[in-house]
Amino acid sequence: MRYALRAEWTKLWTVPGTAWLLLGAVVGTAGLGALAAAACSPGECGADPTRTSLTGIHIGQSVVAILAVLAIGGEYATGMMRVTLAAIPRRPAVLAAKAAVLAAVVVPAAAVAVPASLLSGDTPSLSGGPVLRAALGSVLYLLLVALLALGVATVVRHPAAAIGCVLGLLYLFPIVAAAMADPDWQRRLEKVGPMSAGQSIQATTGLDGLPVGPWAGLGVLALWAAGALLAGALALQARDA
Amino acid sequence: MNGFLLAVRAEWTKFRTVPGWVIATALAAVAMVGLGLGPSMQGSCGRHGPGSECAMPVGPGGEEVTDAFTFAHRPLTGDGSVTAHVASMTGQLSDDRALLTPWAKAGLIVKDGTRPGSSYAAVMLTGAHGVRMQYDYTHDRAGSPGTAPRWLRLTRSGDTVTGAESVDGAQWTDVGSARLPDLPSTVEIGLFATSPQYAEITSESIGTMSAATQRSLLTAAFDKVTPADGWTGTLVGEPTNRDRGGYQQDGDRHILTGTGDIGPAVAGATGLGTTVTQTLVGTFAALIGMVVVGTLMATGEYRRGLIRTTLAATPGRGRVLAAKAVVVAAVTFVTGVAAAAAVVTLGQRVLRSNGVYVHPASTTTELRVIAGTGALLAVAAVLALALGTLLRRGTTAVTAAVVTIVLPYMLVLTALPVDAGRWVLRVTPAAAFAVQQSAKQYDQVENLYIPVEGYFPLPPWAGFGVLAAYTAVALAAAAWLLRRRDA
Repeated sequence: MRYALRAEWTKLWTVPGTAWLLLGAVVGTAGLGALAAAACSPGECGADPTRTSLTGIHIGQSVVAILAVLAIGGEYATGMMRVTLAAIPRRPAVLAAKAAVLAAVVVPAAAVAVPASLLSGDTPSLSGGPVLRAALGSVLYLLLVALLALGVATVVRHPAAAIGCVLGLLYLFPIVAAAMADPDWQRRLEKVGPMSAGQSIQATTGLDGLPVGPWAGLGVLALWAAGALLAGALALQARDA
Repeated sequence: MNGFLLAVRAEWTKFRTVPGWVIATALAAVAMVGLGLGPSMQGSCGRHGPGSECAMPVGPGGEEVTDAFTFAHRPLTGDGSVTAHVASMTGQLSDDRALLTPWAKAGLIVKDGTRPGSSYAAVMLTGAHGVRMQYDYTHDRAGSPGTAPRWLRLTRSGDTVTGAESVDGAQWTDVGSARLPDLPSTVEIGLFATSPQYAEITSESIGTMSAATQRSLLTAAFDKVTPADGWTGTLVGEPTNRDRGGYQQDGDRHILTGTGDIGPAVAGATGLGTTVTQTLVGTFAALIGMVVVGTLMATGEYRRGLIRTTLAATPGRGRVLAAKAVVVAAVTFVTGVAAAAAVVTLGQRVLRSNGVYVHPASTTTELRVIAGTGALLAVAAVLALALGTLLRRGTTAVTAAVVTIVLPYMLVLTALPVDAGRWVLRVTPAAAFAVQQSAKQYDQVENLYIPVEGYFPLPPWAGFGVLAAYTAVALAAAAWLLRRRDA
């Protein structure tokens, strides 16, 4: 496993783009968050200013998803995957190592991006319980989106198709829910959608009105990520590379 | 030209021989139709026996209207006028809050009988929009910004009706006049009061923005009415007005209580039912599919090195890009139009059979929505092709296209405050979703004209133009870079 980790770490940092993507995730998250916070005057940033300054997570998650998709999809695209699997025949270990390496780069990037967007906004104080939960939760959210994307890409293999599937999966639930006139269906969709449920961790006010509580919502996303990784592991095990 | 046709043919051959692209295109159509016809909402129209159908009165122009108000009236044959002093207007919401809604109306009206949907002209005071002259449901003209107390006068002379206002009853100013050719010689003239549904945004936090709608009631007191007697009270229109409205005459004082509206019927928060726009929710899923195909048309060749063969066969590099754009746009347009046509025609039927009221759109509007949806997908696919050519990496290009087109739309629907959302739908490629708007926005009707209800800040083709402009710029940059770079 140690060799697998080391191999993945080397691969991740020797492909061009990793550093740029991480930088993009940080700048995108903090930048869009600052824009959203600046677009509304102080005190009038919707019902939940913390959430408004965390709007940048939408850019952040897309960039993190690219990184995750390329971590495995890039290998399939070039045929490198066959070399990787020849070197480490225990296939689940390869996927686990990729997940671990991904977590090791996404979490620090998110830990920079999230506080940066909160500081630029109209947020009460980082030390407050709900704000701290939103901050910590947003970091975990980005990690879980990366793991979900890794799982999907392992199943789909083709990087461009995989990122399409990941973004489609994230956006499907909120957009269909918004078009629904029936409030029961809206809440049901928002409860099970990976993005809508996961982002409820960012709420600091009006928790009673949420379709799903903050930690429970993040749990829903975690289930999606676990499911995707499991499907990826099974597919990896069963198929020819 | 012949060379271009050969290039188009080559690109078409490439397209149809890559199974993944054909499957993705088919899936895009399936997703659009499935989401449009599948998880449908339920309504109560026609579900509770005869009388529960959601039929709306039809106005003189053939459009659906809302026509519910409290009417104190007397017949008028030939020419004549009515003058009254509106002493006070007070409003109340059904949750017992005292609030005069911005479009609560009280004033004078001349109408072809008391049947809902008949021709009329009225001069009125409103809750927050001053004095207005309105006629035949869709016409609206502003007078002075005054409020009650105020004098009003309505005069009929032939087929012309003129409204006037005055502060003191001596100095009169015309608000406007209307020609109503369909008005018979004997009409009903008198006082009216009504107050529309009141909608407010209750939450802008996580998830879908929610709006609360409730009934509002207006009580208007009139005095110094000429002619002084012969008045009858009628509660026109909807059952709610018949339950809650009222009319009392106490000597010179007339008290009218009413709820409803006189105006065009709108879809959305304060209206009934939905529009065909809502059935096209699957467009975004098709968009992601076609963006992937468009991107891969460009990046797929780089991945395999096929681009060198392509450029050797067709040395005019701009021509290669143009051929690719033509093929992907044509395929996407045809797919999008077919799927949108199925959704728009069948989707309405499914909704209606589920008891949901769907506002009928004119054939021109439906055709524009269908063709616009196809064009939106086609141009988005070309934008993705251009981004793919620029970036040469499939994953990054797909994400860039999705983030610039789908993400803004989704943020507007679910996360952004209303004003920020309107701004986003003006400046980002997501503005193109305006081609799907099917309901007309009437500024003189109380409603939430927001994107989630199917109302966009730009006119349909202007919104589409924003996407087209982004695409033109990206395509030009792609052509320039393709020529400049080694393949």
